[in-house]
Amino acid sequence: MTTDILVIGSGGAGLSAALKAKELGCNVIVATKTLPTNANTCMAQGGFNASSNDDVQTHIDDTIKASRGIGSPVMIKTMCEKSNAALDWLIALGVPFSLDDNGKLVNRFMGGSTNKRTYYAEDYTGLKILQTLYDTCLKNNITFKENYYLLNLIVDEDSKEVSGATFFDISSGEVQEIRSKSVIIATGGYSGVYHGFTTNGFGSSGNGIASVIRAGGVASDIEFVQFHPTALKKSSILISEAARGEGGYLVNSDGVRFIDELLPRDEVSRAISKEISEKREVFLDVRHLRSEKLSHLLPQELKLCKIHEDLDMATDLIPVKSVAHYTMGGIEVDQKLQTNGLKGCFAVGECSNAHIHGANRLGGNSLLEIISMGMMAGENATNYTPKNTLSQHSQLAKDKAFINAVYNTFTNQINFYEKREFLGKILYHNAGVMRNDMGLKGVLAALRQMQKEFTFMGISDKSKEFNTNLIDFIEFGNTLEVAEMLLVGALHRCESRGAHYREDYPQTNDTFKSHSIFWKEDGVLCAEFKDIK
Amino acid sequence: MNITIKRFDKHKEPQSIEMSYPIFEGLTLLENFLKIKTTIDPTLSFSGVCRSGVCGSCAVMVNGKAKLACSYKPNDGDMIEPLNYHEVQRDLIVDKTKSHKTLSTANAQLHGEARLENSPKVIVQSDCILCDSCYSACPVMAVNSDFLGPFTLTKVYRYTLQSNENKTSIDAIQTNGVWDCTLCGECTLVCPQGIDPKMDIMNLRSISVQSGYSDPNFANMDFGFGGFDFN
Repeated sequence: MTTDILVIGSGGAGLSAALKAKELGCNVIVATKTLPTNANTCMAQGGFNASSNDDVQTHIDDTIKASRGIGSPVMIKTMCEKSNAALDWLIALGVPFSLDDNGKLVNRFMGGSTNKRTYYAEDYTGLKILQTLYDTCLKNNITFKENYYLLNLIVDEDSKEVSGATFFDISSGEVQEIRSKSVIIATGGYSGVYHGFTTNGFGSSGNGIASVIRAGGVASDIEFVQFHPTALKKSSILISEAARGEGGYLVNSDGVRFIDELLPRDEVSRAISKEISEKREVFLDVRHLRSEKLSHLLPQELKLCKIHEDLDMATDLIPVKSVAHYTMGGIEVDQKLQTNGLKGCFAVGECSNAHIHGANRLGGNSLLEIISMGMMAGENATNYTPKNTLSQHSQLAKDKAFINAVYNTFTNQINFYEKREFLGKILYHNAGVMRNDMGLKGVLAALRQMQKEFTFMGISDKSKEFNTNLIDFIEFGNTLEVAEMLLVGALHRCESRGAHYREDYPQTNDTFKSHSIFWKEDGVLCAEFKDIK
Repeated sequence: MNITIKRFDKHKEPQSIEMSYPIFEGLTLLENFLKIKTTIDPTLSFSGVCRSGVCGSCAVMVNGKAKLACSYKPNDGDMIEPLNYHEVQRDLIVDKTKSHKTLSTANAQLHGEARLENSPKVIVQSDCILCDSCYSACPVMAVNSDFLGPFTLTKVYRYTLQSNENKTSIDAIQTNGVWDCTLCGECTLVCPQGIDPKMDIMNLRSISVQSGYSDPNFANMDFGFGGFDFN
């Protein structure tokens, strides 16, 4: 199968990129491991940041400040300056943003923002954006390859030019390739490495990032993971920041408020973790807002608390904990969103590190990034002219051999589901909100042991078609690759900055005002710190 | 405390069997599926992504009614089956290609220019998550598999309100569309997002009439009691 532009991932970033490339006259295929719209974008409630002309500079300044010194002023400026056009584009596509009584767009404050610039569509902003983008893709006859699970990029060994990717077709059980002039990776973040301790949906395992690393590309700042302060204790389901924004309190099991609830997410998350580590439970208390107000302001939250904890927000305290929510690090890209170390390969959205969020993300900037940068990726990928024509490559044969080996030679003497759960737990407790040298080294040792044991793991289900046991297993392999970078980065960054907090180095140290950079040489992970440009 | 899951594998004989599993109490049905897969039977196949009712991937039939597995706590004796009127691919995984193709057939997209001022009118309709619960509940599907179905017609209605041009989609929903609905309201009852496709379809009928279309059932209705011989 051949196309001009191959987009991998069907969340907001992928669909925006696809629509832009199509508009510019390209043939586009969007490959997705599930069905289109089954992406984390649909879970974004807060809103979409767009700055008016007299607010652009403040928006830039707010974003730079939130990045704690490692955001790129150039990239941040690019994004903020595109924000209004991106909002207008969404409105033109029919995203029904909320209006006031006079029919004017309404916006709200988000934590860390100086001005009101977050536009929303009820409490379903991401969902309405994503569904509208999908409808627009159908209108524009964009081709979707559903149930296509990314395996590897097809790369020319010498020039490092990418000319497509290999996929495991979950429907047929066959390994397939899609060849293209350029590739856009939009596969989402890696909060799923904290299995059981993330607000994200299943499958946020950093597949795209792992494929770039295997292909000889570069990833960066993987240690920066934003933890959301209020996830339900048992299920890790997200309770929106709006609950605190509307006046909710955080109290411990002694009934005491222990933090200003409106501080940035990282500070609130640390305070919650401290309480829990000192054996006090933490609760979200919105009882004083009363039932009627809650059903108007937080309808989704009311429903989720009832289903997952069997509690009524209007009368009960809601037990919460902080869990992995958004990953700032990702595929290292240049100012054209082209992957460092590879050619013709672009990355956008949560899977990429465009140096916009730095060490911490400003609320409302993630939806903005996927749309504005998504369109930019679509445009840049369209303008990319391949330098070589790679006729022969060995990736397809290698990947077929790998799948064959998983079916026939991986022994399955170790249950990888148990390992996945264990890894999620030790990452969360030792490489989560609070980190220290000993804990990180311990997890890294355990993880490297799992990498060694990988061929003793495997699959019980030997069916060819719709083998989700196999997909879970490949996904776990990607998790091991990404978690290794996370741990190495966190271990070597001997300072605290934004979402990365080291108990043994609680201060910010500008020796580390730099990006952690990861790549592989002969299958071995390499890392260094690189100065900010 | 057990649930029964209807399993399906087209390469096995018999293709379909019912299996009983213990309920992991306090967990949602989707979490139960995950527990079964990771601790009892890794071959159990199901769909599910967001866990919080917004991605639309985990709908299944529970005792004959469509439910999002992530938003339902199972009870003893529950019978879990794949969605109706979809080709079953494996166990609880169904092929949504055909049902989603109706979105294109009906031109369920924005045509013409967007009218932002009408956003408040489509708050509910634009919450659709494409879970296919309504499609699976619709009795018309049993007799006409080409029926466009509730969620697609709701989307058409949404964009009709949001646009200054609606001819493209109103034309496209006259056949196997608004007039084929029996207005039974089953779709409205099962929608996890509180959408009312029945009402949207009734509104689309009015718009169709305003656009010069008429109810073909009414036109063709035979009042001569043809076929019945009362003598």
